[in-house]
Amino acid sequence: MQQIFNFIFKNSNRLLFLLLLCISFLLTIQSHSYHRSKVISSANFLSGGVYQQINDVSEYLNLRTENEALALENARLKSILFNKKDTSYLKKMDSIVGIPADDILVSKVIHNSYNVHENYLTLNSGSNDGVKQDMGVVNNLGIVGIIDNTSPKFATVVSILNIKSQINAKIKKSNHFGSLVWNGKSTGFVQLIDVPRLASVRKGDTIVTGGQSVIFPENINIGTIHKIYIDNKTNYYTLDIKLFNDMTNLGHVYIIKSKNREELNNLEKRNTNE
Amino acid sequence: MNSTLLSNIFRFILLLAVQIVIFNNMTFLGFIMPLPYILFIILYPVNGNRSGLILASFALGFIMDVFLNSGGTHATACLVLAYIRPSIFKFSFGISYEYQTIKLNDVLTPERFSFILLSVVVHHFTLFLLEAFQISFFLDILIRALLSAVFTIISCIIIIYLIKPNKR
Repeated sequence: MQQIFNFIFKNSNRLLFLLLLCISFLLTIQSHSYHRSKVISSANFLSGGVYQQINDVSEYLNLRTENEALALENARLKSILFNKKDTSYLKKMDSIVGIPADDILVSKVIHNSYNVHENYLTLNSGSNDGVKQDMGVVNNLGIVGIIDNTSPKFATVVSILNIKSQINAKIKKSNHFGSLVWNGKSTGFVQLIDVPRLASVRKGDTIVTGGQSVIFPENINIGTIHKIYIDNKTNYYTLDIKLFNDMTNLGHVYIIKSKNREELNNLEKRNTNE
Repeated sequence: MNSTLLSNIFRFILLLAVQIVIFNNMTFLGFIMPLPYILFIILYPVNGNRSGLILASFALGFIMDVFLNSGGTHATACLVLAYIRPSIFKFSFGISYEYQTIKLNDVLTPERFSFILLSVVVHHFTLFLLEAFQISFFLDILIRALLSAVFTIISCIIIIYLIKPNKR
C-alpha cells in the first residue's frame, strides 16, 4: 500500500498529465465522429454571451453593406409583388418559395469560422425561439448550413464549409443529383460528388438543393459549376461549385422549420421496424 | 509567492480575452490565425508549480475549445506543450537551467528565441494534426502549422515587448 502511494506521489505530474490528456483526447475524437452533438460547443451562456457582445460592437462597422443588402432584397421583393403575373421570373428569383412565412425564423450569425477543416457558426437564437437540431439555415443568397447544438438562447450551425457536412443537391436544369461536400481547401468553393456520367454538365450551370433531404426544401440556390472533373476511381463526375454566398461574410440568416419532418421520420422509422 | 500567483491569474484572463476578442478575428489568407494565448504557458515561472501549470493549461485550452467549437484540440495541444516544457528549457538554456534566473519577458536573445520557436512549433503542430485528424491532409497540416507559427511568434514577441517591465 505504502509503495502504491509513493508511486502516485512520485509520478503525480505524469499521472495528472495522462488523465487530462485522456479527457482532452476523448473530447477530440468525439468531436470528429460523424454522430452529432458535441459535449462542448459555443452554444452556451458564456461564449454565446461574449460573442453577442463582440458582435454588437462589430455590427456598426458593417452597417453600410448590411443596408445595401437589405435594399437589394427589398427591391427584389417589390419586383415580385409588382409583377405577380410574371410567374417565370418569380420562380427563378424567389428561392424559398413554397414555405409558409411562419416556418421561417430570422436569426443573426454572431460568430463565424472558416479557417479550419470543421467550421461552425454561432447564431443568437436558440431553443427558446423554437430552434431544434437538424434545421436548415439559409440566407438570401443560398444555403449556409445545418443546426447542430442548441442552448436556450444560442445555437451552433455546421457550416457547409465543414468536411463532415453532406447535403443532397442537384443540377437545376436536369435533376441529376449528387452529394455536396467540402474538401477543406477554399472558402469560395464546395464540391458536388457522385454525379452520374449520364448527366450533361456545363460550366456555369446552377446547382440547387435536391428534394431528397428533409432538412432543406427543394430548389434553394447553392452556386454555379466552376470546374468539372471525372473521378478516376468511381467514374462519376466531381464538380467544383462556386458558392453564391460569401461564407466569410454572413449577417442575417433564415432558419427553416420543417413541419413535415417528424411525420416523415416516423414513417421511415416504421418502415425499418417492420 | 502570492504576487506571482495573482500575476499568473491576471495573465491567464488577459491573454484569453485578447485572443478571443482580437486575434480570433485576425485571419490572413483565410486560414492563418495567430494564437498568442499560449504565451501563458511560455511565460509561466520556470520554478513554478508543475501540476499547477498542467491544470491551468488544460483549462486554457478547454476555454479556447468552447469558443472555437474545436472539440478538445486546443486542450490537448496546450497539455502537450505544458508537459514537455522542461525538455524545451533544457534544450535551449542548457542542462542546468533550473539554477539560472531565466526571465523570459526581457530582451530577445538567441536562447529565448529558440525556446519560443520550439514551444510554438510543438503546440501548433499538435493542434493542426488533431484538427485535421486525417493523415491525407498531412501537407496541408504542415503548411498551416508553419505559417501560423510564424504569425504567432511575431505576435508573441510584440506582446512580450509591450508588457516588458520597465527598468528605467
